[in-house]
Amino acid sequence: MDLVQLIQVADSTLRLSTPLLLACLAGLFSERAGIFDIGLEGKMLAAAFFSAGIAALTGSVWIGLLAGIGASLVMSAIHGLASITFRGNQLISGVAINFLASGITVLVAQAWFRQGGRTPSLEGPERFGSINLPFAEALSGVPLIGPIYSEILSGHTLLVYVALLLVPASWWVLYRTRFGLRLRAVGEAPEAVDTAGVSVIGLRFAAVAICGVLCGLAGAYLATGQQAGFVKEMTAGRGFIALAALIFAKWRPWYALGACLLFGLLQAVAIQFQNIDIGGFIIPVQFMDALPYILTVVILAGFVGKAIPPRAGGEPYVKER
Amino acid sequence: MTLMQKFLGAAAALALTGGAALAEPALIYDLGGKFDKSFNEAAFNGAELFAAEGGSYRDIELQSEAQREQALRRFAEAGFNPVITTGFSIAPIMGEVALDYPDTKFVNIDGWLPEVPPNVQLIGFQEHQGSYLVGMMAAMASKTGTVGFIGGMDIPLIRHFGCGYAQGAKAVNPDIKIIANMTGTTPTAWNDPVKGSELTKAQIAQGADVVYAAAGGTGVGVLQTAADEGILSIGVDSNQNYLHPGKVLTSMLKRVDVAVYNSMKAGENLETGGFTVLGLAEEGVGYALDDNNAPLVSDEMKMAVDKAREMIIAGDLEVTAYYANDSCPAHQF
Repeated sequence: MDLVQLIQVADSTLRLSTPLLLACLAGLFSERAGIFDIGLEGKMLAAAFFSAGIAALTGSVWIGLLAGIGASLVMSAIHGLASITFRGNQLISGVAINFLASGITVLVAQAWFRQGGRTPSLEGPERFGSINLPFAEALSGVPLIGPIYSEILSGHTLLVYVALLLVPASWWVLYRTRFGLRLRAVGEAPEAVDTAGVSVIGLRFAAVAICGVLCGLAGAYLATGQQAGFVKEMTAGRGFIALAALIFAKWRPWYALGACLLFGLLQAVAIQFQNIDIGGFIIPVQFMDALPYILTVVILAGFVGKAIPPRAGGEPYVKER
Repeated sequence: MTLMQKFLGAAAALALTGGAALAEPALIYDLGGKFDKSFNEAAFNGAELFAAEGGSYRDIELQSEAQREQALRRFAEAGFNPVITTGFSIAPIMGEVALDYPDTKFVNIDGWLPEVPPNVQLIGFQEHQGSYLVGMMAAMASKTGTVGFIGGMDIPLIRHFGCGYAQGAKAVNPDIKIIANMTGTTPTAWNDPVKGSELTKAQIAQGADVVYAAAGGTGVGVLQTAADEGILSIGVDSNQNYLHPGKVLTSMLKRVDVAVYNSMKAGENLETGGFTVLGLAEEGVGYALDDNNAPLVSDEMKMAVDKAREMIIAGDLEVTAYYANDSCPAHQF
């Protein structure tokens, strides 16, 4: 493997990790507040469609981004209503969201664009362009640092940098603010939070809303950053890989960055090399594709430390009378 | 009152059978979906052509594997004739269902059965011949001496496409480097433009400057990235030249529309009980040339390709099919 290939893999890793990272952080906020969310996939899909669809109609990627976040928030509101207000089963509500998004995106796309459940290709201001970081040109000649900075870090779309910045931001919110402390507490011992006079329902809705915004960014990135338009089912299971990454990261923001970069790297390596030949022993590409799930199972089985979910996760809060 | 109900019931039953006797054709799309801009959309276009000439038909888009048998039986029982299906996956189920409805004719495109029931017709295409031609064009258009192939789901049919492409490219330039990647091994590989786009970027990094996508909806991502990065791409099944005018070198046409149209037109008189293979000679496959790609195709390129086309039709040039012994002489998958 030469330097050019290494850079290519690293570059591709960043692009592939971004939607996972955004969705993973979204799940982190929701699950830390005690609301399991397997509807990440559906929210991303809804956001992907509405961001691309509205961008195509208005000609502005920013209005598209807002629409994507809005669509994802609506999905979050449904999830919140079902699982917080009406105390329904969170897993079932999440599955319902996935089905709803899968159907409604194609239906609306067909009604708006008549292209069989896809949006027209986005051009120019309808999609996120790549951003060259300052001094990328000047530094490109410097050995080692040059290629890393100008080839790998520079030249991505805005949402890639937003996703990376959201990691320290999430850490700060969760571990250094009063809101974060309460949010974590509501996922561990909601009765204690209630006793302290803080609204459990309000906190959980806030967490689900944050989850909606982040999923909206993830979906918008897929359709208007990485791609130029929406294609049906274009999330292709990324919401579930993000969930696996969340478990792998043991529900912590910095670990989530590591897990998503690792899973992104695995995908990038699989794409770049297909079948990997290590001294006569060939690792098939299918194994690389399955590796994120295998690693998650290994973690869950407790071989590499313990992954303990928030204690009150999955249970609707019922006030004692 | 009971008598009245009986009469009404009988009348209703009569009306139902009367409707069924019209024998309209029915069309069942594969999981890629009716508007995949490619294979299934070609089938839809053929059916629409039939409808434009005054015919009428019913169609259904399948959502899951389990619906295949259900849809086939529904159409057969409602008296539709012939029932046309696209995609190889439905063929085995169709073979079984056909035995229960001897009066209904069934057609499948792309499928294969060890024994063909008398009321079933299988239509196949010589994809390797069409792919050979676009492979030649790719090799002639390439300046780097490296061309790419991106397949959808890793199945023999897609390798068959890739194999013809590789042979065509090698025929023009024996030293050419061919990079072939498959998107995945599950049906999601037909609808993952993000991965298609990453594969294209990886191939560009390895020097490819023409990529051929035989990957259904994933191909949309391949063509998009190729256009963004300033290299040429080749579409598949339907004419995809218009997606990025001036950036798509050509499209490998597979005239599914013609096959569907002819089957619908023949109606109940359709010949069944065997295989139909449509190749270059029958104009079942070919390459697309229109205003969108005319500036990209030089006269020299066109002459060479048309000559190869005539040689294949005449039998002077043999393109090896991947199916022949599950391997490709020009490329190791």
